[in-house]
Amino acid sequence: MQDVQKKIREEARNLLAARKVDLVIGFEKGTIPCRTSPVFVHKEDDVGKLVWNSFCEMNLATYLTKIDKNKKVAVVAKGCDSRSIVALLVEGQVKREKITVIGIPCQGMVDRRKIERKVEGEILEAEEENGKILVKGSSFEKVFKKEDYLYSSCRVCKHRNPSIYDILIGEKVKENTQVDEYADVIEYEKKSPDERWQYFEKEIGRCIRCYACRQACPTCYCEECFVDSSNPKWIDKGVDLSDLAIWHIIRAYHQAGRCVDCGSCERACPMQINLRFLTRKINKEVKDYFNFEAGLDPATPPPLATFSVEDRQDFIDSGEGVKETKL
Amino acid sequence: MKEKEPKILAFLCNWCSYAGADLAGVSRIQYPPNIRVVRVPCSSRVNPLFILKALQEGIDGVLVAGCHPGDCHYISGNYVARRKFAIIKSLLEYIGIEKDRVQFAWISAAEGARFAQVVKEVTEKVRRLGPAKKLVKSEES
Repeated sequence: MQDVQKKIREEARNLLAARKVDLVIGFEKGTIPCRTSPVFVHKEDDVGKLVWNSFCEMNLATYLTKIDKNKKVAVVAKGCDSRSIVALLVEGQVKREKITVIGIPCQGMVDRRKIERKVEGEILEAEEENGKILVKGSSFEKVFKKEDYLYSSCRVCKHRNPSIYDILIGEKVKENTQVDEYADVIEYEKKSPDERWQYFEKEIGRCIRCYACRQACPTCYCEECFVDSSNPKWIDKGVDLSDLAIWHIIRAYHQAGRCVDCGSCERACPMQINLRFLTRKINKEVKDYFNFEAGLDPATPPPLATFSVEDRQDFIDSGEGVKETKL
Repeated sequence: MKEKEPKILAFLCNWCSYAGADLAGVSRIQYPPNIRVVRVPCSSRVNPLFILKALQEGIDGVLVAGCHPGDCHYISGNYVARRKFAIIKSLLEYIGIEKDRVQFAWISAAEGARFAQVVKEVTEKVRRLGPAKKLVKSEES
């Protein structure tokens, strides 16, 4: 961890000193323990702000669409961040020559909420060493094993190594190919429609329409989101269940073939709604129907922007086998 | 009280399905009066948001119909639409919307009788489901 952090700082310093980039986007120490925040380093002297630990959970690709597109930017990218960058490249949202990807093979990020639940009182200090997280409070001191407290998205991650990078920091890690990433989606599909609706209602019914999920998502970059449009006004602004349902269905649908399952939406959610259960269903369908996974190859167009004559259409009444009666 | 008649919204593409509906009309073929037709330039014009919006406003079933694959007036519109529909259809089923609430069909301009047949089948299926309750906007808000 310390090595990686040192190398990130070194590379950032070199890039800035050689004027290869105008800006380095990375992580800095958060204002409270177990957190980091994004940092934008413009000057060589500020590279000391950059950190690397198990709480670097944000997807930094989000910021690439929000800054001046003519700026040369270096970005610290985990596996999921790099896949998001590929998704943006494929959609023409960023220019490859303007972006320097500082790829970091990732071992998964720690879900601070899981740790917070295990301790009584406020965490005042957190340290990390050899896969162990040490947290201290005024009346406790506890050690947690990192791999038991990973985010659910990190547990099922199959792309820990960056899919594209210009600079790679650290050794590539072994991919977790054994895990069945859609096991719970398949389990959920087996329930009855009413049970499924009940769960859906319970989850999205808690939504307060803060749109943090949208803001955290790298592929939600529309200048005007359908939910903000007032003409036509697609849905009302309140928290009526039908409005919430439409918002979440369409938000997930818009991710088809683009979502890299980084889990940022879910982490950003103040109500801790299980948002990935929708996007992962879509990822699964995209894989089943179109044999596509987002963010792996900058040369493959997004599946919903293209088609194949052979696409499945078993859900469409095509009238095959029915003879048209002569009129 | 008499059972409420289901309301069905049909998005028909201008070049095939709408012409198919027209043919059914001029041929005086009888079909259920439950459908309300919205003419769209192409089946790919149908944004899944339209479907959800219809269900929210109290429509009991939605039918989307377009040209048969290969016959699209815009060459590939219905192929692109097919991918969109595949995703939204499975997502809606996944969250527990009944399978037959949203249906898709390919109907050509020559298939007047088939248009009537499809509308009959769609209406029957939606009638069996009863009035839509999920996704419908509550009255008081």
